[in-house]
Amino acid sequence: MKPHRRKKLGIILFITAGLSVAVGFTAYALKQNINMFYTPTQVAEGEVGAGQHFRIGGMVKTGTVLDAPDSLKVNFVTTDFVSDVPIQYEGILPDLFREGQGIVAEGEMDAAGVFQASRVLAKHDENFMSPEVKAALDAAGASADNHMPAGTN
Amino acid sequence: MIPEVGQFSLILALCLSMILATLPIIGAYQNNFLWMSMARPLSAGVFVFLGISIAILAYAFVTDDFSVQFVAQHSNSLLPDRYKLTAVWGGHEGSFLLWTFMLAGWMLAVAIFSKSMPLEFVARVLGVLGFLITGYILFMLATSNPFDRIVPLPPVDGADLNSALQDFGFIIHPPTLYMGYVGFSVVFAFAMAALLSGKMDAAWARWCRPWANVAWAILTLGIALGSWWAYYELGWGGWWAWDPVENPPLITWLFGTALIHSLAATEKRGVFKAWTVLLAILAFAGSLLGTFITRSGLLTSVHAFAADPSRGFFILAILGITVGGALLLFAFRAPLMKSEFGFDLISREILLLSNNVILVVAAASVFLGTLFPMVYQAITDDLISIGPPYFNAIFIPLMALLALLLSIGPYTRWKRTSKTYLVQQLGKVALAALVLGVVLPLLVTRQISLPATMAVAIGLWILLAMLQDIVNKTANKATRLKGLRALSFSYYGMQMAHTGMAVMLLGVALTSSFSSERSVLLSPGQDVGLGNYVFRFDGVASVNGPNYIGEEASFTVFEEGEEIAILHPERRIYLATNTPSTEMAIDAGFLRDLFITLGERKEGDAWSMTLYVKPFVRWIWLGAIFMTFGGILAAADKRYRRLRRKQTESNRSQGKSNTLGGELQASS
Repeated sequence: MKPHRRKKLGIILFITAGLSVAVGFTAYALKQNINMFYTPTQVAEGEVGAGQHFRIGGMVKTGTVLDAPDSLKVNFVTTDFVSDVPIQYEGILPDLFREGQGIVAEGEMDAAGVFQASRVLAKHDENFMSPEVKAALDAAGASADNHMPAGTN
Repeated sequence: MIPEVGQFSLILALCLSMILATLPIIGAYQNNFLWMSMARPLSAGVFVFLGISIAILAYAFVTDDFSVQFVAQHSNSLLPDRYKLTAVWGGHEGSFLLWTFMLAGWMLAVAIFSKSMPLEFVARVLGVLGFLITGYILFMLATSNPFDRIVPLPPVDGADLNSALQDFGFIIHPPTLYMGYVGFSVVFAFAMAALLSGKMDAAWARWCRPWANVAWAILTLGIALGSWWAYYELGWGGWWAWDPVENPPLITWLFGTALIHSLAATEKRGVFKAWTVLLAILAFAGSLLGTFITRSGLLTSVHAFAADPSRGFFILAILGITVGGALLLFAFRAPLMKSEFGFDLISREILLLSNNVILVVAAASVFLGTLFPMVYQAITDDLISIGPPYFNAIFIPLMALLALLLSIGPYTRWKRTSKTYLVQQLGKVALAALVLGVVLPLLVTRQISLPATMAVAIGLWILLAMLQDIVNKTANKATRLKGLRALSFSYYGMQMAHTGMAVMLLGVALTSSFSSERSVLLSPGQDVGLGNYVFRFDGVASVNGPNYIGEEASFTVFEEGEEIAILHPERRIYLATNTPSTEMAIDAGFLRDLFITLGERKEGDAWSMTLYVKPFVRWIWLGAIFMTFGGILAAADKRYRRLRRKQTESNRSQGKSNTLGGELQASS
């Protein structure tokens, strides 16, 4: 092999090796960090494995938001109008968190069957429903339009 | 009547850009001087008519013309004037018009500052840009016309601008980001022109470089402004969330960074030609991907505009035609672009190649993490999300590796560098950086922290190596000052951008490892400690703005018993939409930020709140500012101007000969 060819081959091998390592690491990291999304009905039917970190989406059920008086704990119920899942969160909720609004929460189920949320997302636009929440409602067979509060669409 | 003029002007711009997309390119093939020379005036025409369009839309906002649907949806008579004006980019339609207008601005700049390039090349570049603008305007007219009216009964008042957008960050972040984003369309057009002509030489890279540098610099600034805005507006104390809409600019930036480095090798050594062209295409694809993700409504994100599937398909079609076409053309032409592999394993070429490999791998993994949920959903119908841990796990080691190699780069020479020279030059620097990296954090925090040690060591590794390089380079001159003056702008630009990288890296690592936060419930008069600081809650008063009502809390912050800051976080309710909004209070500092988010009133007069201490967080954006100046400084290098003057003269003489015989143009 001519020297410059050998050099070229060396460079190509170097890049290929680097890329393979990168692809391996990436695939591993990806596998470790996938958060599945479940609807309240799926959770109620026991599709979620124990200790699994996941996302849940639905509407905040009207009249269920309970503030703890002496701490930042908040309890509420999320619903897809078929099943309900209680959620507990400690911290300050996003500005647009409201009863009757769609939210997405990330966390895990505890032993008592309460979803312990580490993060709660609410969309910053009144007329917008997150695709995840919409999918949850559609899956439950509930038309979102029938359940949205008046004045929104 | 006036909004219709805006629409008419948009249609005129479309007509002109259609001519621009065809005639000059055909002219370049047929060597038709007249058709080629139409490119510049047509570009100016497109710019003017798009300018009229956007001005009329702004006028509709300022005059509260709520019969225009876009105005009615994004403005309100109570909205302060500065937001009325900037609400032009407060929604999908107007922001896309801004995007297109900015592309026309770049196109005009190319038309003006391209005297040094052959007309044939300029005609192709402007033609490709005209093609893009044609696609964009068609998209607007077909799916998202900002001038659509509400007939027959326009609303009395508008729905107001999203309250989260009513902020200074909104005035500057989107235009800057778009400016950088579409700048890569210019680089893309340069690459296309080279592929169309089949000629790619060092001169091409030299024409391309300043444009790539400026686009990169502005994109850097645009992303940093977005990060800064998110930090103080969204109220969770973070500066980067790996949000699916944040990622495409980052992907574009990573490809762009790879591009400006490989352009250096292409210009100076004539290597990596095909690779450079591919990077230009990828950077452009990244910018279109960003548009697609934001405007198709496919992903949940703070940035997403309301969904409309037809828009998604249209943008996907633009993406497919331009990027697909470009890649196809690339596949045909790439074998023609021969590069010589005339360099050793330790050489500047190899260092630049490593830089490119790392950056492209980083871009690819961000791309994968962003798109994977969409692809997964399409295949399995299950919804998933990829969390920040994935991105951190990949991104941090890659950037650390990049930073380690970054110091070596400027010490290497083209073709070959001896190992002993590098060890002799950098051995001491490495040792000093390592020792200081262990000692400095230990002195300040009295504890050993691995991330801090690594960050300080790597940061100093970059900074010390840079200082030594400047000392070396000025050593042989009569005085240091003369030596400093003799160094080129592009050299200073490089060092400045590299300094920015070191500063940003320090900021990211230190703020990630030493930030603290505390969520508490306080009544007026109570205080709470966090780190070295004590926050005292003094009470809440009501404040009313032009279009909102709110409550403003007062805090006094003490450090070692001394009062150092008074902070006023707010909670507002915007009247037109009845939306609540939180306004953070920040005491910004070079070494640390103190940051308070007000929650809500609980039992009695107790309020929930989150307090943060964020050391070195400003360094993240300071680093980006360094990079921006570095990029602009490099683009302002004298040799591009010198070249311009020389080539203008030669072009002029060629132009004369062209009037006699057209064939000569082809050989230039």
